[in-house]
Amino acid sequence: MKDVKVLGPGCKRCQTVEAMVKAAAESLGVPVALEKVTDYADIARFGVLSTPGIVIDNKVVHAGGIPREEDLRRWLQG
Amino acid sequence: MVCPLRQLQPVSRWLVAQLPIPAGSHLAASVEFFFYDTPKVLMLLTLVVFAMGVVRSFFSPERTRALLAGKREGVGNIAAAMLGIVTPFCSCSAVPLFVGFVSAGVPLGVTFSFLISAPMVNEVALGLLFALLGWKVALTYLAFGLSIAILSGWIIGRLHLEDWLETWVREVRAEQDLPDEEHRDWVNRFEAGWDAVKEIVGKVWYWIIAGIAAGAFIHGYVPAGLLARIMGAGAWWSVPAAVLVGVPMYSNAAGIIPVVDALLGKGAALGTVLAFMMSVTALSLPEMIILRKVLSLKLIVVFAGVVALGILAVGYLFNVLFV
Repeated sequence: MKDVKVLGPGCKRCQTVEAMVKAAAESLGVPVALEKVTDYADIARFGVLSTPGIVIDNKVVHAGGIPREEDLRRWLQG
Repeated sequence: MVCPLRQLQPVSRWLVAQLPIPAGSHLAASVEFFFYDTPKVLMLLTLVVFAMGVVRSFFSPERTRALLAGKREGVGNIAAAMLGIVTPFCSCSAVPLFVGFVSAGVPLGVTFSFLISAPMVNEVALGLLFALLGWKVALTYLAFGLSIAILSGWIIGRLHLEDWLETWVREVRAEQDLPDEEHRDWVNRFEAGWDAVKEIVGKVWYWIIAGIAAGAFIHGYVPAGLLARIMGAGAWWSVPAAVLVGVPMYSNAAGIIPVVDALLGKGAALGTVLAFMMSVTALSLPEMIILRKVLSLKLIVVFAGVVALGILAVGYLFNVLFV
């Protein structure tokens, strides 16, 4: 089970990324526990400067903008 | 050379002639303006956004922060304002960015220079000003926008208001480093340019059309002398009025500039109109509400006050310089 967090205050892009993570995990057959982090202090603690950010097993893998599909798959498989 | 833009004027005139609208009427003037401006603005905007998307692939908020951390005030304010133009920035990231800068040791005033410059002097604003009003206006806007960002940030830095940050902001520390940036080749950078077009033009096109429609109405129906009286250089109170009206309006440069274009055509003074545009983009109420999470109300008031004074100064200066 991978622990995936999507960091973002709830803007449109953050929702897009959340949906992308869900879809990618499902198509790869990787079980994930998805959590949204919306609190600004919590987001800052991860050190990201631009949202949406993606954290997998407590490691930041992406910050700012919509990730590329192939990158997202690589992170989820890694 | 066949320039597609050159063909637009005759094409739009021809299109209007096919419609059941009396030639020379107010409506004909409005519709022709609309048919001419819409493709022109969208084409030029696409070009500018694409180019800036490629340029921005060389910058990231993380890299900008690394460049600014430990910079002295003064030099730091100048660097921050310039980086604000090329660093990808979205107002929904304003808070994480602010906290990330401050906790990495970027001085408060330098952080403000960045936060003021980024929304005000951006590629959409500059691209549209260049397209509609020419390079002189675009460059002057750039110069004055940067000056406001640099000076306002510097003043805020001099006031030493660090205590006016929310407590958690001063205490929060990043617990890990970010992943290294991947190497990007040119194919990737051009993709980034194209992504920017899809995202920005995809997001602002309806604002632009609404802006052009409003502009077309002004163009066709508002008598030329009217605006010269109420928004001309002679009316001293028009500059502060323009700033006040701009604050609660939340639009981006894309929606505002076609309106600006039409106002100018009817005799509004350039300084007054630019003050309005700067106020709409740099002093937005929704962004201030977001920033309230990290700044005390007092600090927001100082921030808005200093920036508003800067915009007023620019408005008056423009009206004196370009008569």
